[in-house]
Amino acid sequence: MTQASVAENRQSSWWHQNQQQITPWLFLAPGILFFLFYVIFPIFQSFNLSLYEWDGLGKAEYVGLYNYEELYWDEAFYTSLKNNVVWLVLYLLAIPAGLFIALFLNQTVTGIRLYKSLFFFPFVISQVVVGLVFTWFYDPTFGIINVLLGSVGLPPINVLGDENWVTVGIIVAGLWPQTAYCMILYLTGLNAVDPEQIEAGRLDGAKSWRMLWYIIVPQLRPATFIAFVVTIIGALRSFDLISVMTNGGPFGASRVLSFYMFEVALSEYGFRMGYGAAIAVVLFLIMLAFIAYFLWSMYKEERAR
Amino acid sequence: MFPTPIERSPRSWQITYQAFLPLALILWLLPLIAVAIFSIKPDTDFANANYWGWPSEFKGFTNYWLVFTASDMPKYLLNSFKITIPTVIGAVALSCMTGFALGIYKFRANIWIFFMFVAGNFVPFQILMVPVRDLTLQLGLYNTITGLVLFHVAFQTGFCTLFMRNFIRALPFELIEAARVEGISEWRIFWFVVLPLMKPAIAALAVLMFTFIWNDYFWAIVLTQGVESQPVTAGITSFNAQYRAAYHLMSAGSIVAALPPVAMFFLMQRHFIAGLTLGAVK
Repeated sequence: MTQASVAENRQSSWWHQNQQQITPWLFLAPGILFFLFYVIFPIFQSFNLSLYEWDGLGKAEYVGLYNYEELYWDEAFYTSLKNNVVWLVLYLLAIPAGLFIALFLNQTVTGIRLYKSLFFFPFVISQVVVGLVFTWFYDPTFGIINVLLGSVGLPPINVLGDENWVTVGIIVAGLWPQTAYCMILYLTGLNAVDPEQIEAGRLDGAKSWRMLWYIIVPQLRPATFIAFVVTIIGALRSFDLISVMTNGGPFGASRVLSFYMFEVALSEYGFRMGYGAAIAVVLFLIMLAFIAYFLWSMYKEERAR
Repeated sequence: MFPTPIERSPRSWQITYQAFLPLALILWLLPLIAVAIFSIKPDTDFANANYWGWPSEFKGFTNYWLVFTASDMPKYLLNSFKITIPTVIGAVALSCMTGFALGIYKFRANIWIFFMFVAGNFVPFQILMVPVRDLTLQLGLYNTITGLVLFHVAFQTGFCTLFMRNFIRALPFELIEAARVEGISEWRIFWFVVLPLMKPAIAALAVLMFTFIWNDYFWAIVLTQGVESQPVTAGITSFNAQYRAAYHLMSAGSIVAALPPVAMFFLMQRHFIAGLTLGAVK
């Protein structure tokens, strides 16, 4: 045997022995690198940036916690924060609404599959388009809401121009696709419900509401969990609808943190990257509470396996 | 089955249900029906305040023709495809690999790397906005399709990894053990044993990603500007600014912008729904 082939042999046997330790890292490397540079590092960079005053072009100036102090006194920040809470609470209505529609459609009649997919339709459409259509519905001069109100003799309301109604109006538009999403989650979940338990419940004389609450809903737990996750994330990320429907107005009444942040950092109101980052950090910390809870639930499930 | 199957209920309720279904559907899809009708109306209908009534004449062809010939819509549509397709391929490819690594191998950092991907995927993306925009600027990729694609691939890898890893976990592990006993190398196990079994997951993810990326608006306005690189979601807003109060054209434009993901959904419905439920609800 020549020298070279001995060396090659040794090398291949080293590879052979260790390949199960090394292979996963080779497979992970590109994904992790991408993710680190575009997602993980930027989170820390934002934390750091929130301690600076920076216009995005010139030199950044270290200002310590000044941005946060300014936030503390900023009226617009509290409006946004309040609207975020409203979004979170009202957006969760998509979950019971989705369950209700799923129960309504959970039958086997001719063409029901087509009905199910058509009910799901709104979710596939861009929020930009959804926002546009709802803006027309709400329009104070020709909107269908006011046409209907007028036909029963009520005065018109300008939903998107009224500081008290604007956020609710936008959330209703957002609930439309989100309900469709929850519906599909529950429809899939309902397929997996154990028929024997339902029969047993029927024999015990459980009527519809009690049956739903004590027998069906507990079995839908996995679907409910995902519905919660996607709805909460959706509520905190809400941006498209606000941007399209009101652009934060009237007088900033429909801002949420994610929109206010964008406005401060990138719109004509000035390029205050540091201040924007501080707002994003606050939003992130709110989200972190939920992320921690989601991960904890997943971790428990992993251990139970 | 819950609620009580309709076949077992009284005849009168069966008829009520059957009649109620299409009514409920029309009510539910009212916003869409409205845009569809708007898009075939002549502009005189809007001048005559005939907003919600029947179109006075069919102008569908004219309106859609105008959208395609007199505006930047075709360019925006093309951009959307140029952004969406590479992103889907990139994110699915990367996550097949990460999902394989995290789903098959047992090592100490496994769960932490997995959680990093999951947590990163849940992050409100505004916290990434300023640094990512800055990074894209420094790479010289601001206002390019490449810049947008690179970010989308990276961010979507989080969600895709979650999905792929769970899917691979559910595969029969004996297959891999048998292959190892045969002395097949790990790389070949990935390529010849696991990858063929992942086809349904790949299909599901691809359809879902297509819709997500196509409908993205936030990153489109943060990382691009102008007709040379913006996708159709961002394009539709400038289109609307151009045709303000031309409701028939705005509607036709919106429908054109919404059509590709809708077509995708109807063609690949089963995969789409499997993807949405994260494979967790079986």
